[in-house]
Amino acid sequence: MASGLDDHRKGAVVSDMVSDAARPPVAEIERSRILARFAVFDFCFRNLTRAAAIAVLVILGGVILSLVYGSLPAIRAYGFGFLTSQAWNPVTDNFGAAAPVYGTVMTSAIAMLVAVPVGIGIAIFLTELCPYPLRRPIGAAIELLAGIPSIIYGIWGLFVLAPFLQQHVEPILIAACGDIPVLSTLFAGPPYGIGVLTAGSILAIMVLPFIASISRDVFETVPPMLKEAAFGIGCTTWEVMRNVVIPHTRVGVLGGVMLGLGRALGETMAVTFVIGNAHKIAGSLLAPGTTISATIANEFTEAVGDLYTSALIELGLILFLITFIVLACARFMLMRVERRSGG
Amino acid sequence: MISKFFQRAALAAAALAATMGGAVAVDISGAGATFPYPIYAKWADAYKKETGAGLNYQSIGSGGGIKQIKARTVTFGASDQPLKSEDLEAAGLTQWPQVIGGIVPVINLDGINSGDIVFDGPTLAQIFLGEIKSWDDAALKKLNPKAKLPSQAIAVVHRSDGSGTTFNFTNYLSKVSADWKSKVGENTAVEWPTGIGAKGNEGVAANVANTKGSIGYVEYAYAKQNKLTFTKLINKEGKTVAPTTPSFQAAAAVADWAHAGGFYQILTDQPGAQSWPITAATFILLPKQPPDSAAAAEALKFFGWAFANGGKAAEELDYIPLPAAVVTLIKKSWAANLKDASGKPLVN
Repeated sequence: MASGLDDHRKGAVVSDMVSDAARPPVAEIERSRILARFAVFDFCFRNLTRAAAIAVLVILGGVILSLVYGSLPAIRAYGFGFLTSQAWNPVTDNFGAAAPVYGTVMTSAIAMLVAVPVGIGIAIFLTELCPYPLRRPIGAAIELLAGIPSIIYGIWGLFVLAPFLQQHVEPILIAACGDIPVLSTLFAGPPYGIGVLTAGSILAIMVLPFIASISRDVFETVPPMLKEAAFGIGCTTWEVMRNVVIPHTRVGVLGGVMLGLGRALGETMAVTFVIGNAHKIAGSLLAPGTTISATIANEFTEAVGDLYTSALIELGLILFLITFIVLACARFMLMRVERRSGG
Repeated sequence: MISKFFQRAALAAAALAATMGGAVAVDISGAGATFPYPIYAKWADAYKKETGAGLNYQSIGSGGGIKQIKARTVTFGASDQPLKSEDLEAAGLTQWPQVIGGIVPVINLDGINSGDIVFDGPTLAQIFLGEIKSWDDAALKKLNPKAKLPSQAIAVVHRSDGSGTTFNFTNYLSKVSADWKSKVGENTAVEWPTGIGAKGNEGVAANVANTKGSIGYVEYAYAKQNKLTFTKLINKEGKTVAPTTPSFQAAAAVADWAHAGGFYQILTDQPGAQSWPITAATFILLPKQPPDSAAAAEALKFFGWAFANGGKAAEELDYIPLPAAVVTLIKKSWAANLKDASGKPLVN
């Protein structure tokens, strides 16, 4: 692509030179020859990029079609009841998506609840408050965190985080919340160490670097003039962030949050390790649950029978739809924010 | 200089060609159960050293193995769950057990060592049904009057993926508990009433090792290698048995292989004072008229070699070789059932 642009620029220079000269016929021919070459090149370039763009649409369409086709037997067998049923019984071929959908939404919600404030906090600290010598090491550490493969998070979650939560954190949570109406259901025992809360925590750690590093990058694009003006009229750092930096960068921050949410919704291996893979909706966050991607990863290889396989594919279709709805909502929110601010 | 270099290169190429020519013996391909994969791999390695014939085994799971052998994309399939004789007939397959393993309950309780705790079948079923919730339940205390059972919640750990181990385990619970049979049933994957799901034997082992107060079930080899605390069980004859090679073998020996069509025998809850109640065989599936009879004959040679020479390797990995009487029966069934395209038996 870059070389194409270069050729264009070179072409312009060459044609200028030719037109400035005495225009001998040889140069004329030379000029049209070069122009023809540009035209061919442009044509190829345009169509190549168009093909690339169309390929994305074709692949997307293919994925949707094959998901729909694969889930047809399950759709026919269970209809809309699939979405509301909690059953998951391979013995009687009775399947429902409620438990994995609940687990997917719940773990992602916990992850975002933790990761958004912490991630934006890190970004604010790094851009506004952090002493200079520390900025690079902390920034690099966050980017390294983003590069760790998810299976490592899963193993760490299973061998380190889960036993720690089981023995030290969850008993305290259960005891502390025992008498408070809503919290006592959310944090009801027994402490397994493995469950929805642990999966949410792991996801929070995994999406944190996305939110933190994207927020930091967009915060740095705020013109210093704006910030200095705000400081100049006596704003505190908090007021500058709240009234200048975040309004100026909300699109970018929201983009980072959505990227994180996308990862949280689809994350498979790390969640499979620590969520407990139980097809149940429990009131307690400490109880084991399951997510869509964890269910598929666990059961696809040994799913015997067409209906079983088809139910798993329909789960995939539902995940696809959830992701689509989340992205659409994000777009819609962005549009409204833009309109309100008159942008 | 240069000519010398070329001479050497030519020599090397010739040597390479010669070794490759030597290894052209038919390679056998198989796919299926993950449980016997370590021993099949070990046997294949030793067999290749001895004969030069290689075995390519993909441990994709029993369900996948059955699918692939039905489609005839592999020489043999392997499954932990035997096919019923009518299914074998319909698919034109023959099957036999190749090696035995034991499934053991494993627990994680402070101060309790392997063999300190005894369960009977119905109690085990009640724990996995979620009806017994605490380690100091009266039913457990009655079975284990001497053990110091804590007042701690029981965390049940089961397989989250479909597996032959689960099939054999739930088959046992269905045999010993009517409640289990009606509420849950038996399959490679079931709707678990309670507990945490973990992927693979190694996943269950890791979860039990990490979670205080947990109970799970794994192949004996995994319990041993991960140094997990296993329990004793009370078998069909009311005797308390420990999971050991002789008790697994006892269960395999009393099974009525001779009269079981297609060796369809599930080794759980077998009679015999010595028998370990959750013993499992893993099976090999072969087409009765293989599309590639040379490869099938090669596979039979391999399995015959494994019966004759593989016992020690199996025991090293905590698998149990089949009793000799059963091997004789299997060889008879090979001669009777396996034919090449012209209808001649593949082995005599």
